[in-house]
Amino acid sequence: MRIDDFLRHDSEWLKGTGPNSDIVMSSRTRLARNIDKLAFSHWADKKQQETILTAALDAAESVNYLKDALFIRLKDLSEVDRAFLVERHLISLEHAKDVEFKALIVDPKEIISIMVNEEDHLRMQVLQSGFNLMEAWRIIDALDTELSKKLSFAYFVKWGYLTACPTNTGTGLRGSIMLHLPALVFTGQISKILQATAKLGLNIRGLYGEGTEASGNLFQVSNQVSLGRTEEDIIDNIERIINQIIAREEATRRNLLAKNRDALVDRVWRAYGTLKSAHIITSNETIALLSAIRLGVDLGVVKNLDRRMVNELLILTQPAHLQKLEGKVLNSNERDMKRAELIRERLK
Amino acid sequence: MLCDICAKKEATVHLTEIVNDQVTKLNLCEDCAREKGAQMEEHFGLSELLAGLTDIGTTVEPEVAITTKCPNCGLTYQNFRKIGRLGCGECYEIFKKELGPLLKRIHGSDRHVGKIPLKGGKTIKDTRTLQDLKMRLEKAIQTEEFEEAAKLRDKIRDLEQKAKPREN
Repeated sequence: MRIDDFLRHDSEWLKGTGPNSDIVMSSRTRLARNIDKLAFSHWADKKQQETILTAALDAAESVNYLKDALFIRLKDLSEVDRAFLVERHLISLEHAKDVEFKALIVDPKEIISIMVNEEDHLRMQVLQSGFNLMEAWRIIDALDTELSKKLSFAYFVKWGYLTACPTNTGTGLRGSIMLHLPALVFTGQISKILQATAKLGLNIRGLYGEGTEASGNLFQVSNQVSLGRTEEDIIDNIERIINQIIAREEATRRNLLAKNRDALVDRVWRAYGTLKSAHIITSNETIALLSAIRLGVDLGVVKNLDRRMVNELLILTQPAHLQKLEGKVLNSNERDMKRAELIRERLK
Repeated sequence: MLCDICAKKEATVHLTEIVNDQVTKLNLCEDCAREKGAQMEEHFGLSELLAGLTDIGTTVEPEVAITTKCPNCGLTYQNFRKIGRLGCGECYEIFKKELGPLLKRIHGSDRHVGKIPLKGGKTIKDTRTLQDLKMRLEKAIQTEEFEEAAKLRDKIRDLEQKAKPREN
């Protein structure tokens, strides 16, 4: 298996399945762990970074969850390949820079991935389609326990797991949910939701773009606090608040459909028309139009497409994905043309 | 609230300037704020924000803490304030006096109640129970529930007795 094989299947977060998948795209858990006594990756010298890398890869090899996993040294990849992994949410933007001692371990289904030598020695991640955060926690909990049989993690009784940044100390856990909230954005309720959510100890930001300007109406909600609560508490708190946001989005969608059906239908089909006929299109415009179509699919306005096809377009039209599909480096203008061509082809 | 300069994006930076007793309030989006002055930019970094947090309430920091070096990794507290990241797990022990209040400010708590690692798990569990009992004892004494306090004291004594032979 090579990373090119990922092109031929859908990322877990784009499957469009799982509970509440009309509004919740995916659920993700992340654990930060460091090997006891060794300097944190950002502070470690080259020799220490090599030691961390070897220890982490050796430990991961013995974990049952990772028996079919791909072990990738990031320095062996091209820049496009690294951007491709960022677009698939397998590595962070940070992890794609200064790559000499960095690695990625990823299972073939792209559910489990581990960044080695990011800010912390290990950043494990579990992705699930739809609203499935507790399950994502159970998997990562078991993975962490398996790894801890081989590695002794930096830990204080009082402060829990020790991390490079004190904002992650304690559980080292970040749970996050990716939401599609077009109705709350159309009706201008989103800024209130953003403010209220922030007050409840959750962090909310646009997946593409920032704040209320988030293009594609895609938002990521995650916990801010990682110390002083149990992992289950943290997950439960996120789930409760997400449930409220889902209910609000659902009600607003029903309301829009009942009172503004014509305007809504018009918006959806105009988006469809533009995507179907454009010859030059930017990534940002694509994301925004696909959001309208996704809403159309969810509300039964668009019947000849399903959620999975919309999601697939969302990822395949990203810059690095387009270049992987073409098999060569494309400049921005070339990409805008190729992107339009790909979309026209898929919407035929 | 929209940005006062571009009137397009949401204002996320709220600036209050006092010049000659005149108070001006500016609400800016991040882009405009960044343009407004290079000196603004440094306030956006997490490390600067963290450094800011470490200053609150501890205006006079002991000189020792600033120059102390972690014997395991060589990081000084000054380094930490600059980069916002610690150097290794041992740093938490070396700088525990400074980090305790900081963790409390960030998380609203400075006590881990979550997962316990497999290695050394039994000892950690006992230590945690002991901590819990001691906290309850303190509370019982404060609220003058002496009967409860006596029970807790005995439990603590038991647990500490049990822990001793294992340590030896």
